Amino acid sequence: MEITVQHVVFIILSAVALVGAIGVVALRNLFRAALALVLSFVGVAGLYVLLEAELLAMVQILVYVGAISILIIFAIMLTRNLMDPEYKAANEQWLGGLLAAAALFGILVFILLQVSWPVQVTDMPPGAIEALGQGLVSPNFYLLPFEVASVLLLVALVGAVIIAREL
Amino acid sequence: MDVPLSWYLVVAAALFCIGLYGALSRRNAIAVLMGVELMLNAVNVNLIAFWRQIEVARLGLSGQVFAMIVITVAAAEAAVGLALAISVFRNRRSVAVEDVDTMKL
Repeated sequence: MEITVQHVVFIILSAVALVGAIGVVALRNLFRAALALVLSFVGVAGLYVLLEAELLAMVQILVYVGAISILIIFAIMLTRNLMDPEYKAANEQWLGGLLAAAALFGILVFILLQVSWPVQVTDMPPGAIEALGQGLVSPNFYLLPFEVASVLLLVALVGAVIIAREL
Repeated sequence: MDVPLSWYLVVAAALFCIGLYGALSRRNAIAVLMGVELMLNAVNVNLIAFWRQIEVARLGLSGQVFAMIVITVAAAEAAVGLALAISVFRNRRSVAVEDVDTMKL
């Protein structure tokens, strides 16, 4: 198999995403872990671009990098008694967690490499984003999940306000 | 030559397992939430990779729509989870998960 530009880009983007993810779980300082989380999100957005899901990449940047990481950083700022050097970041079951995660990874890779997926790579049909936009609001396709998602966001908004409110 | 599907699946599996380790091993509730966000991201990579390499040829959309719904649910989960963390911190001056044990026997 020859190595093309796409492979190199894929390896770089995956390395960005995985290094960010390792930073999230390994950095002791929670604020730095949140910044590593942003790096991981950006790497995943790059993978979406490589998979020609441009809309999803934009949504990823807007929602994850823009909104969720800001929310997480705000929460860290509002609850910080964690910056002191005596604080232990991992609990006593970290070794069991590490073994469980490593075993799951081994099993997943073992299985994934055995299955032959019905892969059929074609060029993107023209107007794919239009089709997605139409499908999201068409009663024959995904109108119901779309509307349920908006109700869910409303419920989460009201719930978050009520839970975090000063009583 | 496109990147093979299995490469994406292996990267997503690695991302998921790193997030799982974070969710299992961190003491801080916000760090646990960050691990869960990593796991949701790994699932989305899988969905989009399957969509691009299997479903596009059949003119399907469900992979992308599914990934968008997952992003919506992740945003709702982050908002409610962080509100819970702030509320717990206000009551107990701590967000360590082992300090939240009122419902433990």
